[in-house]
Amino acid sequence: MQRNSLHSVIQKDNSYLSKDKITFTNNVFKLNRRQSTIFVIAVTLIFIIAVIVSGYLIDERKLETNLNNKNMPPTLSNPFGTDWLGRDMLTRTIKGLNLSIRVGIIAASISAIISLLIGICAATMGKYVDSVITWLIDLFLGVPHLVIIILIAFMLGGGLKGVITGIAITHWPSLARIIRAEIMQLRSMDYIAISKKLGKSNIWITINHIIPHVAPQFFVGLLLLFPHAILHEAAISFLGFGLSPHQPAIGIILSESMRYLSAGRWWMAFFPGLSLLILVRAFDIIGNNLLLMYEPHRAHE
Amino acid sequence: MNSKKIIFYVINKLIKAVILISVLCIISFWMVKNSPIDPVRAYIGADMTRVSQEQYNKIANYWGLDKPPIIQFKNWFFSIIKGDFGTSMIYRNAVLDVIRVKFLNSLMLMGTAWFFSGIFGFVFGCIAGYFQNTWIDKIIKWFCLTLASTPTFWFGLILLIIFAVYLGLFPIGLGVPAGVLTEDVSFISRLHHLILPALTLSIIGIPNIALHTRQKLIDILESEFVLFAKARGEKGIKLLYRHGIRNIALPAVTLQFASFSEIFGGSILAEQVFSYPGLGQATVQAGIRGDVPLLLAIVIFSAMFVFSGNLIADFIYRIVDPRIRLGGSI
Repeated sequence: MQRNSLHSVIQKDNSYLSKDKITFTNNVFKLNRRQSTIFVIAVTLIFIIAVIVSGYLIDERKLETNLNNKNMPPTLSNPFGTDWLGRDMLTRTIKGLNLSIRVGIIAASISAIISLLIGICAATMGKYVDSVITWLIDLFLGVPHLVIIILIAFMLGGGLKGVITGIAITHWPSLARIIRAEIMQLRSMDYIAISKKLGKSNIWITINHIIPHVAPQFFVGLLLLFPHAILHEAAISFLGFGLSPHQPAIGIILSESMRYLSAGRWWMAFFPGLSLLILVRAFDIIGNNLLLMYEPHRAHE
Repeated sequence: MNSKKIIFYVINKLIKAVILISVLCIISFWMVKNSPIDPVRAYIGADMTRVSQEQYNKIANYWGLDKPPIIQFKNWFFSIIKGDFGTSMIYRNAVLDVIRVKFLNSLMLMGTAWFFSGIFGFVFGCIAGYFQNTWIDKIIKWFCLTLASTPTFWFGLILLIIFAVYLGLFPIGLGVPAGVLTEDVSFISRLHHLILPALTLSIIGIPNIALHTRQKLIDILESEFVLFAKARGEKGIKLLYRHGIRNIALPAVTLQFASFSEIFGGSILAEQVFSYPGLGQATVQAGIRGDVPLLLAIVIFSAMFVFSGNLIADFIYRIVDPRIRLGGSI
């Protein structure tokens, strides 16, 4: 009884939000959309942090060759099974996910910074610079990403450097376009014109008026670059251009597993790939939820 | 419609393409020249120890690799203008012939995937958009977002495990059965090897078009003319057909043509998983084994492929859509 009345009080309090309410199974906790968005972000963030932390805490001995224990299907002690050298697949997968996160963070950050600089240049440095940059964006979108990354990996002779450079160089155009359009709109605002009349230089206006405005766009765009960066890293390692076979990358694990699939060792491919999928989805969820909070008028989509 | 304007439009686009591809030639040639992978070494392969310096120089001289890069570029650029892309080192055949054969294989794969992902994506998008915020919409949306985060090659591996390894319905790899001449391969056998990679690519291609269609349909359904139609008593499939589909079909077709780049990238991965002998696999081989002429040709070819997709998309938009038809005046 008491529970019910409490419930009705909460409902009354939030009645103006009733349309956006998300009901969890427990009747007492009703979260509005903003709260549930924060909740989802927090849970997902904890998951990602857990992956990173366990990558450092993990028992390295499980990566040693153990031929007594090779090709084991999933058991309690090896939840993801073992590979043909008896190494624990769960340990290898977590190591691989960590590598993916690192590559993703570095490549996506470089890419986002490139797009910020290029977006600002296109929108503030006049017509010619703008048309050159628009053309450059067309050039980069005109060749399949994977082909450019293969070409760059070829130029740099493979390795981690090749992968990161390849991903960083191919992923900036879409975000650069968004930032350019955003600044184009800002440029015609009254306060920018007033600032100009007050004698502020273009650089001063860019730093003090424009960059703070595009900062949220920039960070959300950066987060939404992560999933693409991680997927491309895995793809390029899978094709054999990225990391050396000794490194524990998900792409390497999966390309190795192909040799054993016909022998029915499904766990070598299934779990590592599924973990990567969940990780990518987690970054995607955080990015999209931040976008919802940043642009509430689009939140009901 | 003014035919002069169309011709002008096409010529304008073609000039842009020529400039784009010329610059691409310069950049990719420069990149390949900076690679630490020595094409002569890559060509000789394991026999490197048995080749004397003299023989090495002869091979380099035969290909003109001892000349300065600028001269090399000039020779290469003028020969590709004439249609000579050189000889592929790994297939020991004219690059253009290799690309032709491989691309026909890939075209079957990409075409099937392109068609089915377009159809199913559109249908799912329509269903999700029409039943917005119901359980069916939520399921479709969830599946699309998850599929969009799925590594293409892993998805291919899973299909391979289920359908080829466990159910034994499909062969595990290769575009044709081993030990059979190309001419003797029957159509059925080709189809048999095509199904799994095509299925992978089709399903991976669905989210893009479905989410886009869903959003467009929701926008349309919120418009005033739909509200008016509803007020007149239209509903269900009829309303969807008369006011929805007609408005969203064109953007969907355009988007599908503009997605050639993703399909090409996806086919590289799918072909690698299923050992399908197409252009994607040739790209990977050319990159790993240092087949420079083939790699450069594929870069240029893929750019032309993507460009033609974008051109068709743009063209359809301008020709078919009466609202932005070319050369119209108020």
